[in-house]
Amino acid sequence: MAEKRHSEYILETIHVTKQFGGLVAVKDLSIQVPHQSIYSVIGPNGAGKTTFFNCITGFYKVTEGDILLDGESIAGLRPDIIVKKGISRTYQNIRLFQNLTALENVMVGHHPRMKAGWLGAVLNTPATRQEEAATRKLAMELLEFVGLKGVEHELATNLPYGMQRRLEIARALASEPKLLLLDEPTAGMNPSETEEMTAFIDNLRKEMGITVLLIEHDMRVVMSISDTITVLDYGEKIAEGKPEEVRANPRVIEAYLGRGAATQHEAKAA
Amino acid sequence: MDKEIKFSWQDIIKYGVIGGIVALYVVLIGMVVTFKERYIIAETVNLGQIALFSPTFILAYFAANNARKLKSLIYAIVVGALVGAIVGVFVAALLVLASHVNMREVFLNVSPELLKILHFGQESLKGASLVIVGLNLIVGLVGGLFALAPRRWSNALLVGAALVTLMGILQELMSITFGTKDWYKPLGEFIYAKKGLSWGGTILFFVLGMLFSLWRSSPGLHPGARVAKLPPKQQQGVRIVSFLLGLAILVWLPKFLGSYPSEILTTVGIYVIMGLGLNIVVGFAGLLDLGYVAFFAIGAYTVGILTTTGKLATVGWNFWMALPVAIFLATMAGVILGIPVLKMRGDYLAIVTLGFGEIIRILVLSDWLKPYIGGAQGILQIPKPEILGYEFKGPQQIYYLVLIGILLVGYIAWRLRDARVGRAWKAMREDEDVAEAMGIHLVSTKLMAFATGAAFAGLSGAIFAAKLGSIFPHSFNLIVSINVLSLIIVGGIGSLPGVVVGALILVGLPELLREFADYRMLFYGALLVAMMLVKPEGFVPEKTHARELREQPLEPEVAPEAPAREAL
Ligand SMILES: Nc1ncnc2c1ncn2[C@@H]1O[C@H](COP(=O)(O)OP(=O)(O)OP(=O)(O)O)[C@@H](O)[C@H]1O
Ligand SMILES: [Mg+2]
Repeated sequence: MAEKRHSEYILETIHVTKQFGGLVAVKDLSIQVPHQSIYSVIGPNGAGKTTFFNCITGFYKVTEGDILLDGESIAGLRPDIIVKKGISRTYQNIRLFQNLTALENVMVGHHPRMKAGWLGAVLNTPATRQEEAATRKLAMELLEFVGLKGVEHELATNLPYGMQRRLEIARALASEPKLLLLDEPTAGMNPSETEEMTAFIDNLRKEMGITVLLIEHDMRVVMSISDTITVLDYGEKIAEGKPEEVRANPRVIEAYLGRGAATQHEAKAA
Repeated sequence: MDKEIKFSWQDIIKYGVIGGIVALYVVLIGMVVTFKERYIIAETVNLGQIALFSPTFILAYFAANNARKLKSLIYAIVVGALVGAIVGVFVAALLVLASHVNMREVFLNVSPELLKILHFGQESLKGASLVIVGLNLIVGLVGGLFALAPRRWSNALLVGAALVTLMGILQELMSITFGTKDWYKPLGEFIYAKKGLSWGGTILFFVLGMLFSLWRSSPGLHPGARVAKLPPKQQQGVRIVSFLLGLAILVWLPKFLGSYPSEILTTVGIYVIMGLGLNIVVGFAGLLDLGYVAFFAIGAYTVGILTTTGKLATVGWNFWMALPVAIFLATMAGVILGIPVLKMRGDYLAIVTLGFGEIIRILVLSDWLKPYIGGAQGILQIPKPEILGYEFKGPQQIYYLVLIGILLVGYIAWRLRDARVGRAWKAMREDEDVAEAMGIHLVSTKLMAFATGAAFAGLSGAIFAAKLGSIFPHSFNLIVSINVLSLIIVGGIGSLPGVVVGALILVGLPELLREFADYRMLFYGALLVAMMLVKPEGFVPEKTHARELREQPLEPEVAPEAPAREAL
């Protein structure tokens, strides 16, 4: 990861708006994600978090605004180009290639870093063989890294839920991203699994130097590992800052718990 | 066994009635009479009888399916026998009815001949009815017992029975084969009776089939698992040796079989090549293409136009010069069709490609192109390929051309399957959006699938034209596309050996049974429905290798979780 940095921020969104017909799912959202940080986006259901991710990864075209990856605009590019540029992601509702094995899933993840084409494959050229072997090795290592050693040849669909979540992360890592987008990685996990996942994400940054943009509902996870948190409500940013700052922000409490709770909180603080 | 066992009378009656209706159907469409001359075993058991009693057996088996769980012999026997008896009552009722009323005005097949068969040698109607019910009862009982047998053994018995049936069907052909050469004449005389297998042959093939099945299903003996245990060097050695052995047999086969069986194999092979191509499009990339025959036609017509020496003669090239052009044009057509359908999924794609197939067929038939490609009269006098003085003149020679084609195309498909391209196809099949987000360029990946599939079909068409020596538009209708798709499904979508198995079953078998022609579509339909219900993954599923090589089933929650904990 000794790449040259062009900008202070690995990711910068500038006044991003996404509209579906009349519905404004993301509204005028600007965030700045520093290199090698863990940046969380939180907010109530339907706040527009996943939509925001979809804009960054090219699933949706932004209605307005710009998105910069390390200073370079990526808004409007196709998803396959964006992943090549170094952003990869996981999905809120797991989207693995169900009928491929765990190993194949991760190897597909490495696709943007490979070169072999039709002819290379058919002729089985030394370059192809080498690349294939290297990819296989990388995939095995990643599987081991996420704790899936021993189930490499199992079909994704046959893996238990927690393993599928980790497999999705391994697949995303296989594209060697600079920025990893995780959409609720602990959803549906029990407390001990959640704790492991939290440590794992923290580790990603430390060991691999990857920046993580995280959507998460579990406040303990968010508060414990985030450097910065942005809070969305109805597509708008209502707060931003360090975990402590966000935690104390009355607008956040309001958005999460309703008006009454916020007033109570204020009263207590006073 | 002294557990209290509840019989579900409703189920017994339900299965019995379904079996009865199916049996009546089989009788009324004339299968029992049509197949009565097709003896399987020593002039005793014929295919008509097998057709008549199969419904009984199958439904009794399904009705008694609980027996294995209940471990109850009584349950298996009672349920099986009762279902069988009910089916028997239906058939007996038909016999009684037909003996008193003239049914032929409505059901053409209720002929005196049929009634004679259904009498099973009995004089009286009463006696015949009893025999029918009794025989069905026994068959049902056996079906019930089958449901009780451990799966491994019931499978083995089925494979044995299937092999006996197959070898019986092959009798006519094989007798000719065996008759021609001195040194295997005694073998032929041992295996076959005048009609069908001899008793010795029956036992031989039954046991062989059973042993084969048991060998494959035994965890200790399974060939794949055992090879997987060897060191890599030896594994490769075993593979190479078995490949060479297989190849040697394939090369020797037409010499042994003679002309007509080689002809059948050649036809099967032409479908295998197409199947391998469509398997890339549908099986790997998940793009449902119903107009596949178009590329086959383009391949055939290109060779036809460029090589014919008849009245449509053009440049008069030889086959080898025309072949690359045929493949190239088919590939181009694949790309051209691919472009407009890039954004389409599922049903829409199927309909547009269906239309494309029809367009080509209608073009071929059109007056507009008639001066060049002959319209309904087709193209005649397409010369046989020749290489270094060896002429691929008859089926026994064309066979080798087809074999080379299959090996080439199979190799390409096999290489692509496990390469970056193949993974991209499969990822696209599973989830197009996610595949794109994983860096797969959808446009080029899809076009590559269409182009590869079309190229294979082009090759197949070229060989087809050379094989027949003349081509006509009616050889290129929708049925070809449907056949190819069906054989992929039956063999197992995405599976390479599955294509071969599918082609043997869906193309080879009907060719063997000439009297079968009328029932071909029925057979396809029934087989496809049955496959979807019982074995939707096909006869040779795609992922077997992963499954086969593992000795014990995985218990995901326990074993691998432990190290996982530490790693996270
Ligand atoms: N493709 C779409 N077309 C129309 N509306 C959409 C589309 N995708 C999202 N929306 C709407 O945009 C809003 C934001 O949805 P989004 O999925 O981004 O919320 P979220 O913050 O991820 O919620 P959750 O916490 O439930 O995952 C919702 O009202 C949703 O219905
Ligand atoms: Mg969401």
